[in-house]
Amino acid sequence: MDNNLNETVRVKADNINFFYGSKKALNGINMDINANKVTALIGPSGCGKSTFLRLINRMNDLIGSSRIEGKLLLDGKNIFDKDVDVVELRRRVGMVFQKPNPFPKSIYENMAYGLEIKGIKDKKFIDEKVFDSLKKAALWDEIKDRLNDSALRLSGGQQQRLCIARCLVVEPEVILFDEPCASLDPISTRKIEELIIELKQFYTIIIVTHNMQQAARVSDYTAFMYLGDLIEFGHTEKLFTVPKDKRTEEYLTGKFG
Amino acid sequence: MSILKPKTTQAIGFGVLIACIIITILFLGSLLYFITSRGIGIMSWQFLTDVPRKAMTEGGVAPAIVGTLYLTIGAVLIALPLGLITAIYITEYAIKGVIINIIRLSVNNLSGVPSVVFGLFGLALFVKYMGLNVCILSGCLTLAILILPGIISASYEAIVAVPQSMREASLALGATKWQTIKKIVVPTALPGIMTGVILAVGRAAGETAPILFTAATFYMRGFPNGPMSETLALPYHIYALMTEGTHPDKQRAIAYGCAFVLLILVMAVSALAIYLRQRQRRKYG
Repeated sequence: MDNNLNETVRVKADNINFFYGSKKALNGINMDINANKVTALIGPSGCGKSTFLRLINRMNDLIGSSRIEGKLLLDGKNIFDKDVDVVELRRRVGMVFQKPNPFPKSIYENMAYGLEIKGIKDKKFIDEKVFDSLKKAALWDEIKDRLNDSALRLSGGQQQRLCIARCLVVEPEVILFDEPCASLDPISTRKIEELIIELKQFYTIIIVTHNMQQAARVSDYTAFMYLGDLIEFGHTEKLFTVPKDKRTEEYLTGKFG
Repeated sequence: MSILKPKTTQAIGFGVLIACIIITILFLGSLLYFITSRGIGIMSWQFLTDVPRKAMTEGGVAPAIVGTLYLTIGAVLIALPLGLITAIYITEYAIKGVIINIIRLSVNNLSGVPSVVFGLFGLALFVKYMGLNVCILSGCLTLAILILPGIISASYEAIVAVPQSMREASLALGATKWQTIKKIVVPTALPGIMTGVILAVGRAAGETAPILFTAATFYMRGFPNGPMSETLALPYHIYALMTEGTHPDKQRAIAYGCAFVLLILVMAVSALAIYLRQRQRRKYG
């Protein structure tokens, strides 16, 4: 592991074990995730990378019969503590999913939703946040004239960028991306990747991807996971050029996966 | 072993499909033609707005129209919130297991109970035991129980069909479970729920047996005054006109008129609901 003396650790995994029923999905994960960086989680299907990602905003709460051991610290506070409000946590940790999932509402309503559920009524404030976030997500120019159209009429790539913009409205500190380009064409994928790099100056970004080139293109740090273990974690450049573990090298060179 | 070529079997299959559709349309068309041709002759402003006169041989059927509207609207207003909330509980809150299966089984069985049994049940519970007497409220409650299973099933199917990804998107933005249900799940399921309501309206408006002992009266001079009043209702009025009274010929014409009005009424409500559903779908489909 690298020492990152001059970095702020935003998310810290401290010896995390996770079980689906009796099946162990994560094996003593330790990881320091730095603020304002992009951290990529790679590894073959079923390695636990999505499971780990969904712990950070406690999306796995939705699954019954799951159990967790260890600590996951967000700015030093264990998010599994009893006194943590999961609603508040999810405002601080946004998520973009594998398939674009805009609500069957207008573009504007999709954007305003995060503020609406907070009970904010000030129309001017909402407008400002919505327009601002659309600009941040590089979507404004494409859709500014049709904010009242159904979000479902946008292309897949636009829908995904809308989902990113929608999550920016809530002003999270961390954004989780769960294979955000899995269902997109190469041009849309490139736009999302550019956006992720653009966004890291404001947010801490963690991205799960199956696409190793994508991890290499967008991330500062990469974690390689295999069968629930964190095999190797470090600077993306180093991990891709001089992997320390044999399994990492084999995965990167396509010997398995 | 097949002796027919695939193309031949396809042609036969296609022919059978067409035949089935034609038969269905023929039934529907002949019913519409039959009722319309016999019922439309008596239509007049007076028929729609006047009260029955001269022992139901003259005058109009306005109280029956109003009564049916009251009964139908009342039943839907009672059954929709109950059914929707039940469906939300089953789909979103209840832990899957034996109890849920028992609830669903009960709901399905309830929809198989003959309507006259609901009528007797309404008589025993609302009219006698609760002392509401024969009135619109008793009729609404009885009809509400009758249409409840349909509304629950339709709402259940519609809510289950809302993709899990919608719920996840909402929760991930910091919405509570209840906000997610209220603002995302139910609105997304609304077209499906509306379909259930359309069917329920048709059923509630047309049923005779459940109101026979609970709300409907054979003859009445004026309009019902309030929910505690007895009422005329179109389906029962048709039955009364065809089986009782002294001038069967005159009464039969009025009965067909009632049938025609009932048909138009149900079709109008359905059309309105379908229009609303389509508009919702077009807007965000």
